[in-house]
Amino acid sequence: MNAPAAGASAAIEKPLSRADYEDFLYNEAALLDEWRMDEWFALFLEGAIYEVPCAGAPDNADSSEDLFYISDNYFRLGHRVARMNKESHHSEFPHSSVTRMIGNVRVLGADQSGVSVGCTFVTHRSKNDVLSVYCGHHRYVLRAVEGRIRIVSKRTFLDLNSLRPQGRVSIIV
Amino acid sequence: MQGLHASESPTRFAPMILDDRDKGIFRVARTAFIDEDVLLRERDRIFNRCWLYLGHESEIAEPNDFITRNVGGKELIFNRDRKGEPHAFFNTCPHRGALVERRPKGNAISFKCFYHGWAFNNNGAFATRMSPGDYPEDFNSDGCANLTRVAKLQGYRGFYFVNFDPGAMSLDDYLADAKGILDIVADHGPRGMEIVGSEQKYSIRANWKLLVENSIDGYHAVDTHATYFDYLSEAIGGPAALSKRSFVWNLSGGHSSIEGEAPWGRPVARWIPAWGEAAKAEVDDIRAELESRVGAERADRIARMGRNTAIFPNLIINDIMAITIRTFYPLEPNLMNVSAWALGVKGESRGFRKRRLDNFLEFLGPGGFATPDDLEALEAAQRGYAAHREAAWNDISRGMKRERFVSTDEEQMRCFWREWSRRMEDAQ
Ligand code: FES
Ligand SMILES: [Fe+2]
Repeated sequence: MNAPAAGASAAIEKPLSRADYEDFLYNEAALLDEWRMDEWFALFLEGAIYEVPCAGAPDNADSSEDLFYISDNYFRLGHRVARMNKESHHSEFPHSSVTRMIGNVRVLGADQSGVSVGCTFVTHRSKNDVLSVYCGHHRYVLRAVEGRIRIVSKRTFLDLNSLRPQGRVSIIV
Repeated sequence: MQGLHASESPTRFAPMILDDRDKGIFRVARTAFIDEDVLLRERDRIFNRCWLYLGHESEIAEPNDFITRNVGGKELIFNRDRKGEPHAFFNTCPHRGALVERRPKGNAISFKCFYHGWAFNNNGAFATRMSPGDYPEDFNSDGCANLTRVAKLQGYRGFYFVNFDPGAMSLDDYLADAKGILDIVADHGPRGMEIVGSEQKYSIRANWKLLVENSIDGYHAVDTHATYFDYLSEAIGGPAALSKRSFVWNLSGGHSSIEGEAPWGRPVARWIPAWGEAAKAEVDDIRAELESRVGAERADRIARMGRNTAIFPNLIINDIMAITIRTFYPLEPNLMNVSAWALGVKGESRGFRKRRLDNFLEFLGPGGFATPDDLEALEAAQRGYAAHREAAWNDISRGMKRERFVSTDEEQMRCFWREWSRRMEDAQ
């Protein structure tokens, strides 16, 4: 597992109910749909990672060996979020219209780093009169910290064979 | 003054560039980016006649390895036969045309078409037993049932190219002074270079020539990529300014390169404090090995300087904070498919490979801090060209009268356009 030491303790994280994770994921999607990027970033624990391998990559893709689209540590993710808020982020200025559907939420396991949660998604992005569709599955490692669910790692797998015609991942898919 | 005036009724292929060296004015007609007939002519005169990048030797490292790839709009197989000899075939069955190999890569001693089952050795030879009477006795005596070979396949320092024109000049002559840049890139590592992992396959709703320009455009960096430089200055803990001292190389044949020093770290081999002391020792070792192999002066150029290179017509090799190889092909005047790869040093440590990939991703590719903004710029330009009747010309004059060009000039693009225009406008 790629999860860093963020928030790790010796004990195995105790899973919450699926409904708890569903609520969390729907809320996360809403923050992104509404471009509330700072609040979205606040879901991540310090030291967390965010990765998007190339379209069609397997779940065990490793950003130390393979070329991804995105492989952010916490520092770079912070800058990605800051960039999302800038007018000089030309690709997302004016902001594209985005909407996310989350489904097939499953609790996949738990270890010391957190609870593994998976879901599928369809994200629609509309900009410059062009509609792009991104579909795939997310893999999270989540931890409950002081009563709130936080992200230790988020990996987004695009179940596409290429980024044609989407062209870019300048949003958080 | 030469060139097509906007109000003249255009003879279809009247000159599309205006190149006034006395006045220092260079312009490109915007119809060059939107006209269907221009694209048809490009297919004929450029993509069917120039050497086109096919792949890197590391992608077919072992005997019987293959990759399939679309090059110049055609589906190809690039493979090694049992003896390790490289081949390039059209990936189309001689029977009735289906792709004979549909996987992106693999290892195979033969290819079998799934449609009616024709099979071929990996040297292209037809290898199917037919019942007597199905075909004439001497069927395939003319080779009609073998895979069709691409007219020319040649490599230089591990970079393989194809040419669809049997009469084409040699790759060596074609590459001209661009060989010097390929030498520099190939010399990064003692055991050679390799493609690292996946291909980034994406598309841009813009004319392909805009990506040539953009990939070697030192002028746009500060404006288009402001958010990247915001990030970089924090990542390196200091000001992230591009060096004022830079070079522009006309590599002839329409190839060109810009070279200069930049604030980012380079895996080979420019350390920055943000990488930490352990990495410094590793970078020092890489640098020392490089010096012992290629000499101090050349090692300094390889390690300290970065370079953006365009090899005519559609190959970009940018050796900057990481190395990317990028090629693209127009499906329509306003749509191109792009393929991009990371090139790394063979045998580098896992930690260093990670650093190389991090460097790549901070700037390059569909999720980088820079490339998406390039796409937006190209697509914005393409939309602007709809008004080509009223706003007819692009200006590419910057620095034209300067004695020594710098990378924020546009001479490197003029090198491309002069070759483009020579090929498009020559009576043939
Ligand atoms: S098309 Fe390949 S066997 Fe018929
Ligand atoms: Fe750029």
